[in-house]
Amino acid sequence: MKVEAKPDFQTSTAPKTGADLLIDLLINEGVDTLFGYPGGAVLPIYDAIYRARGTIKHVLFRHEQGSIHAAEGYARITGKPGVVIATSGPGATNLVTGITDAMMDSLPLVVITGQVARGIIGTDAFQEADVMAITTPITKHNYQVQSISDLPRIVKEAFHIASTGRPGPVLIDVPKDISAGELFEIPAEGTIDLPGYQPTTKPNPLQIKKLADAISRAKKPVILSGAGILHGKASTELTAFAEKHKIPVVTTLLGLGTFPANSPLSLGMGGMHGTYTANMALYEADLLINIGARFDDRLTGNLKHFAPNAKVAHIDIDPAEIGKNVPTQIPIVSDSKEALVELMNQTSESPEAGDWLATLNKLKEEYPLWYKHDPNGMSPQWLIEAIHKVTNGEAVVTTDVGQHQMWAAQYYNFEKPHRWVTSGGLGTMGFGFPAAIGAQMASPGSTVVAIVGDAGFQMTLQELSVIYEQNLPVKIIIVNNGALGMVRQWQELLHGNRISESILHTHPDFVKLAEAYHIRGYKIESQEELITKLPEVFAYNGPVLMDCRVLQQEKVFPMIAPGKGIHEMIGVKPS
Amino acid sequence: MKRIISLTVQDRSGVLNRVTGLLQRRQFNISSISVGPTETEGISKMTLVVEVEDEQRLEQVTKQLNKQIDVLKVSDITDKAIVARELALIKVAGSSQLRSEINGIIDPFRALIIDVSKDSLTIQITGRPDKIDALIDLLRPYGIKEIARTGLTAFLRGHQPQVNELTTYSQIK
Repeated sequence: MKVEAKPDFQTSTAPKTGADLLIDLLINEGVDTLFGYPGGAVLPIYDAIYRARGTIKHVLFRHEQGSIHAAEGYARITGKPGVVIATSGPGATNLVTGITDAMMDSLPLVVITGQVARGIIGTDAFQEADVMAITTPITKHNYQVQSISDLPRIVKEAFHIASTGRPGPVLIDVPKDISAGELFEIPAEGTIDLPGYQPTTKPNPLQIKKLADAISRAKKPVILSGAGILHGKASTELTAFAEKHKIPVVTTLLGLGTFPANSPLSLGMGGMHGTYTANMALYEADLLINIGARFDDRLTGNLKHFAPNAKVAHIDIDPAEIGKNVPTQIPIVSDSKEALVELMNQTSESPEAGDWLATLNKLKEEYPLWYKHDPNGMSPQWLIEAIHKVTNGEAVVTTDVGQHQMWAAQYYNFEKPHRWVTSGGLGTMGFGFPAAIGAQMASPGSTVVAIVGDAGFQMTLQELSVIYEQNLPVKIIIVNNGALGMVRQWQELLHGNRISESILHTHPDFVKLAEAYHIRGYKIESQEELITKLPEVFAYNGPVLMDCRVLQQEKVFPMIAPGKGIHEMIGVKPS
Repeated sequence: MKRIISLTVQDRSGVLNRVTGLLQRRQFNISSISVGPTETEGISKMTLVVEVEDEQRLEQVTKQLNKQIDVLKVSDITDKAIVARELALIKVAGSSQLRSEINGIIDPFRALIIDVSKDSLTIQITGRPDKIDALIDLLRPYGIKEIARTGLTAFLRGHQPQVNELTTYSQIK
């Protein structure tokens, strides 16, 4: 038998074009999944993906925004950069929200956009957009590839920048003539050449000593734990440190799960819709140890009243965060884990804070989170508690922004890190559902619940196709109150009850919608229905959408009104 | 307060955009900016004069600039012993009859007339921004047709005096 030798790309392992090289470099970086959407300027890259099929997985979303939020969910769970591919022009501009979201919440992403060929850049060519200028303020760094031989270095640097120091999105803009360009020789392996980028990860020992001394002298110490604990994978160290010195812990929204919610030292979440105890602890503290939080305005409230009596220590890998919003007496630029390990090595005494803990415990007892049970309807808070129960508190929970997000934050008591995926800084509607897709792909064995609002879900619901296609058992819980709930809440409380354009008078039939996408859907109108349905839904190994009709008028309490101090919470007790 | 911030950057595409974009986004007011190559190939120096309200904002701007990947070094050199110069071209209305009169004015400033036409004279002056401002004020009565200024560029003097002598060297208050 005669065998014809076919020097085919599919059998050859050597890269043939810039795009083949790019895909090879991604595989070398350990990338297993691409979140993307093809188009004209990335056709050569999709050709290379075709040739590389079997070695790297590509998931086709239905909108670029969906792909990038999924990559964010993936990055949040794995800590590894999520890799996104989109075409030039509209493909790239559709990524802008996701890139900004990742920048605000320090999520590592490597975003690859197509660009028109170098020869026609700047001529307003078809599907040309100035992606470099557009993404400069919303990326940690960005590159436009000017030569195939630069690709190995750029890809290596991009992954390094995205995942080290304070993580963030890095964009690589690839002109079409680069990706289509023939590769005459395989360029040498890339080496990182970044003299201007050397993040400090080890704490200054003198500062550590200073903090240890401050701790031993404190009477009212409190730890504020943020997402820096997640990036440093320092939850265990944080817990050991807090327990060693008996220091109570407040977490930020993004820091939920960094410290076990059921620990007696946990005060819960701080900030606008945090617990009264957490906020009073921040207000009364004489030593505030911020680890990996950025003193966002939603946490601090009016800065004039934030921690007025506290000596502030701030551990952060990003020096620019220290002193940005709150004057800081003990700045420590460091990785969170390195700093906590060093702090644990200090021999200084624990604070004498027995009275402080007793006061806080009393506050906890007197001012727990509360909501009213209505026999005629389903409270959204109760809904979250029911989900917590059926998932044993072990699910990965994703959300959009708004009321449902705050209820999920308040009532899904996170015991462990890397289970909470939410859009904190940017507050992006439409984030939760696609982020759940990425989270599920990152952690196939986990139960993943997308808790979304009825309004936000409609911004990215086209990705229902993806969970069906990929058979991802994501459970979508629509907290349906027929409104942009948080907007309506503010209009009621702060804008003279002028309900302006925040009620959604028409909804699709979400159950039929799910069915149209070949997904099981249920409408839930009462607590009894939910109780009956939940075990079945969570036992089913496939995607399910639940349209849960909750009490429409329910508001998120307690609350710090905008402009108010952290000690001026309203709705701390049932009226 | 005005501060002189000296940046050493990698000469890569987009670096100027990153720096100016950052200042705009974080609401820092740029009075002037000058950029040019240095003694090392691939490395450029930028001199920014920025208006900041207080020390805390000053610290923020330097930290944010430092965070940029292509920025190698950021220093606020305002209170150091520095040499700082700006160049200005000033076109004044007037015929050659005015030349000697104008020469009399510009001479103490060590400025030069570098172009003469039948209805205008162009003066070149180099120096600290306040010196240039002073000359412009003196020339204003003659009718200034056009001004072009380069923005300040500066670096540290070869010898840095002891800390207690420093304030006298400050170029901008």
